Amino acid sequence: MIENVAALAHGFAVALTAKHILFMVAGVCFGLVVGVLPGLGAPNGVGLLLPLTFTMEPVSAIILLTSMYWGALIGGSTTSILFNIPGEPSSVATTFDGYPMAKSGEATKALTFAFLSSGFGALFGVVVVTLLAGWVTRFALLFSPVEYFAVFVLAFASFIAFGGGSPLKSVVSIALGLALASVGMDTISGSMRLTYDVPDLIRGISFLVVVIGLFGLGELFETMQNPAAAKPVATRLDLAGVVRAALEWPRYGVALLRSAVIGCWMGIAPGGPTAASFMSYGIGKRFSRNGPRFGKGEPEGLVCAETADQSAGSSAMLPMLALGLPSSATAAVLLGGLMIWGITPGPTLFSERPDFVWGLIASMYLSNIVAVVLALATVPLFARMLQVPFTITGPIIALVCVIGAWTVAGAPFDLWLLLLFGAVGWLMKALDYPIAPLVLAMVLGDRTEDAFRQSMLLSGGKLSVFFASPLPATITGLALLCLVVPLAGMALKPRTARSAAP
Amino acid sequence: MTMRLAALAAALGLTAATPVAAFTPSKPVEFVVTAGAGGGTDIFARTIQSIIQKNNLVAQPIVVTLKGGGSGAEGFVYGKTGSGDAHRLVFGTSNQWLLPMVAKVGWSRQELTPVAALAFDEFILWTRQDAPWKTAGEFVAAAKAGTIKVGGSQSKDLDETLLKILEKAAGIKTTYIPFKSGGEAAVQLAGGHIDANTNNPAENVGQWKGGQGRPVCVFSAARLAAGPKVTDTMAWSDIPTCKEQGIPIEEYKMPRAVYLPPNVPAEAVAFWADVLEKVFASPEWQEYIGRTSQSATFLKGDAFAKFIASDEDRSRKVFEEQGWLVK
Repeated sequence: MIENVAALAHGFAVALTAKHILFMVAGVCFGLVVGVLPGLGAPNGVGLLLPLTFTMEPVSAIILLTSMYWGALIGGSTTSILFNIPGEPSSVATTFDGYPMAKSGEATKALTFAFLSSGFGALFGVVVVTLLAGWVTRFALLFSPVEYFAVFVLAFASFIAFGGGSPLKSVVSIALGLALASVGMDTISGSMRLTYDVPDLIRGISFLVVVIGLFGLGELFETMQNPAAAKPVATRLDLAGVVRAALEWPRYGVALLRSAVIGCWMGIAPGGPTAASFMSYGIGKRFSRNGPRFGKGEPEGLVCAETADQSAGSSAMLPMLALGLPSSATAAVLLGGLMIWGITPGPTLFSERPDFVWGLIASMYLSNIVAVVLALATVPLFARMLQVPFTITGPIIALVCVIGAWTVAGAPFDLWLLLLFGAVGWLMKALDYPIAPLVLAMVLGDRTEDAFRQSMLLSGGKLSVFFASPLPATITGLALLCLVVPLAGMALKPRTARSAAP
Repeated sequence: MTMRLAALAAALGLTAATPVAAFTPSKPVEFVVTAGAGGGTDIFARTIQSIIQKNNLVAQPIVVTLKGGGSGAEGFVYGKTGSGDAHRLVFGTSNQWLLPMVAKVGWSRQELTPVAALAFDEFILWTRQDAPWKTAGEFVAAAKAGTIKVGGSQSKDLDETLLKILEKAAGIKTTYIPFKSGGEAAVQLAGGHIDANTNNPAENVGQWKGGQGRPVCVFSAARLAAGPKVTDTMAWSDIPTCKEQGIPIEEYKMPRAVYLPPNVPAEAVAFWADVLEKVFASPEWQEYIGRTSQSATFLKGDAFAKFIASDEDRSRKVFEEQGWLVK
């Protein structure tokens, strides 16, 4: 641990050169732009910059690209909050409370909270990376498909069980999500499923297209149906508002810490940022005093989602470097970059290329701070967008949705899907079906299925494998507990059940 | 040795018979990668992109797009729909002719135009660090005595096909566990959750260096090219071939190749083959080959067509025996 701190100091020496600071600021600025414009998205943005880095020093290149990544991740919550359009899968949970907050005139507060929480989560993740580097990689190696399955079930259980609403409608929503996730090539059997010989279905149904449809277009349709609700909202638009919100933000310390820990766990475990934000949101809803208000514009819900998202994103850098496993689409592009620069991820990378690894980790501290400061400065500007009448923003939102869906694969087919899921989203809202379980099922569905079937292959078909050793048994046990506690709570008096929970 | 010969042949071919190209790209060129970001094919395409840019081999800008859905089917179908467009190059592996045999993917192999293969990736039998077996013979004996779990990338794909060939050649049965990528199979091996995998050298070298998996033998006719030591004691050339260890498999390799859409003019195919041959002859390409421990062999035209036909034949036999073929 001590030697890690010493190595980090060396890393700062690498990162704190004029050239690298310039790269960080440039990367963050570009990343913010890319993150705010949905559709371009972090993976594409990093992909665009990648050819420029072929001739650079690896450490400069990775600092530029990761700075851009952090900028994009932090900026990515902007459209989720303002227009209900998640630019990245991992900012879906941000919309749950961020968008209602913006609608009720609290856009400044929502954006400020989102950026600060992102920054906190990211820094927490980096600190964990710094202190526990060696331990974390050994821990990640413990995960076979059995443990993966347990982690996914835990994520499902902790979100779904605390979701509230009609259980039957939740089940319908989950089933729809699982069905969508199974379209395309099946990893385990190698055959095509539910493609009906339609070439466009071979690559599966893109999660991002579905989400932009359900949330962005769905919301748009609903507003069109009820234009009275779309009056521009009055917001105080000055930096003082940002400062006021920032001063209020530390009140959510408990939620911040809890979400950061959940995020780190999912980043390392490796469930990924999207699962982390959902899980953190679900757990927050269950255990927070403000839980019942989640989903109606509760700042704590936003804090839970954003913090966990970022803390998972940054702590997942470690398994990526030490194991070569990317945790997100953007991380995969970065990984490709590493290979081109001649760096092989693996357990020996830390000892072979200390300059590179610790320079990168040091730059993660710095560029996240830069990203938060720059993002906060843009808050008044973005909050102003909500004062533009709906007759102008409506078409722009539609355009943004279309561009976002187009960029995923450049396929006209996706635009029809977008329209279809816009209608589905509108219908689900009208009939009071929860959309979030569908989204979670789509994100985790195929990975959960793969993990389960791989576990069955490994164990020769014995279900007992999930309880055969302490790690999966603990995780599976927690998941079952998550499912049983609310049921028990329903059976007893709803209020007293909570004090019995840990 | 073969590598040096091939490089020499390529250099000679370059000086002797460069065709007068009647085709030059007239708009930006798209490199379609039939795999996910960061995978072997992505790096293959981006390395070629960077060499072309550095040496100004093509006057138009080049854009790399990733279309890796459905084991690369997305990219090949996209290539097929670009009929007649010689500005859309598809980068892939032998997936191009193997995938249509085992899954309903929406193209047949004749529907794309093969241009050239620039590298052949090797397959190595890797096992977990603490496995009791050291040689291929001991591995086979262990497989006969108990259950061996072998991981690989995807299902009915190259790894599983090789495993079926190995099972038949050695008279063993194993349990195959498909993962999303070779990287995942490498990590699962490092964690000791599976007993073996058949990863490409580049997919498992990080784990090998870190003492989290070791090579048993390479499915190649000759040993890999000598080079600097990878671990404290071994270089790539210290890995025995599976054949010299008594497993009767001559060789098993995966070409990294470039295709064009259907119905492109012959001059365009010649133009791109020529560009790729120049890429192949560059020092940067040799550096890439060395870094990823592939073998450098350049195939185009009839030679490439012949390779495809023979590989297709061999694989079809395996698929038939396994009952994998789809109509």
